[in-house]
Amino acid sequence: MITRFDIERKYLEIKQQAEPSGYHLNPDEDFAKELVHGILINEERYGFATCPCRLSVGPREDNIDIICPCDYRDQDIIDYGVCYCALYVSTGVAAGTTPVSCIPDRRPPLGELVSKETDNAKPSVLPEKQGLPFPVYRCRVCGYLCARTSPPRRPVRYAVPHRIGLRSILNKPVHILRHGRRWTFSKLCS
Amino acid sequence: MDFTHVDGDSHIAVTLFSLSTCGHCRRTKTFLEEKGIAYDYIDVDCLSGGETFTGGVYDLVKSYNPQGSFPTIVIGGEKTGDRW
Ligand code: SF4
Repeated sequence: MITRFDIERKYLEIKQQAEPSGYHLNPDEDFAKELVHGILINEERYGFATCPCRLSVGPREDNIDIICPCDYRDQDIIDYGVCYCALYVSTGVAAGTTPVSCIPDRRPPLGELVSKETDNAKPSVLPEKQGLPFPVYRCRVCGYLCARTSPPRRPVRYAVPHRIGLRSILNKPVHILRHGRRWTFSKLCS
Repeated sequence: MDFTHVDGDSHIAVTLFSLSTCGHCRRTKTFLEEKGIAYDYIDVDCLSGGETFTGGVYDLVKSYNPQGSFPTIVIGGEKTGDRW
């Protein structure tokens, strides 16, 4: 049972994560909270917090691209001023100075989806579209952003205990970079 | 396929394929109600997998809207009851 307090708490959590990173939530707070409610319903229903405006089908691996914030958010905010659900908006939209237009879903329809392995091979923001020097890659696990010529090392979502030797983080998603023969944690993801 | 009927002006058939969690779907329902338009809707995320796929509702949604996105609104055509 999701209570009003659960929604408020999650809303504040998302807002507090978004704002320091330069993202804004929809200034229509009631609308934003309805979406947060949808995310909580999905989390309760499927066990992972998928996009409230898209149909989740199958295991987590098949829906990794639409775990909120989804892979499509950044490009949608750049192109349309809002993410597909309009939970996240651009600075102009938040300030009420940029009008919002229709937004198509850039996720391919179910059944036409290619394998959504958790590699970071696809850039989140393309340089040629935005006049940026490098493509921007976003870690699908922790949301870590980086601009570079090639994708970063693949994040390992589940630490392998015998290689990592830290049982305490077993089953916790971890962003790991490999330096030569040594594994190093770059970020612990919640 | 169980559609829920909402009463109103029914001179044209309006069918809505929605998700119960989606803000745009909810606003579409509110809009239709405010305008007093009768419509039938189905919350696709509340169906079982069998009803959704393999010749189920999702194929129907894609036959109207190849993107398979929500909300999908079908305006006109035959009434829901006759069509399915
Ligand atoms: S479209 Fe917006 S609300 Fe939906 S998953 Fe993406 S970022 Fe989250």
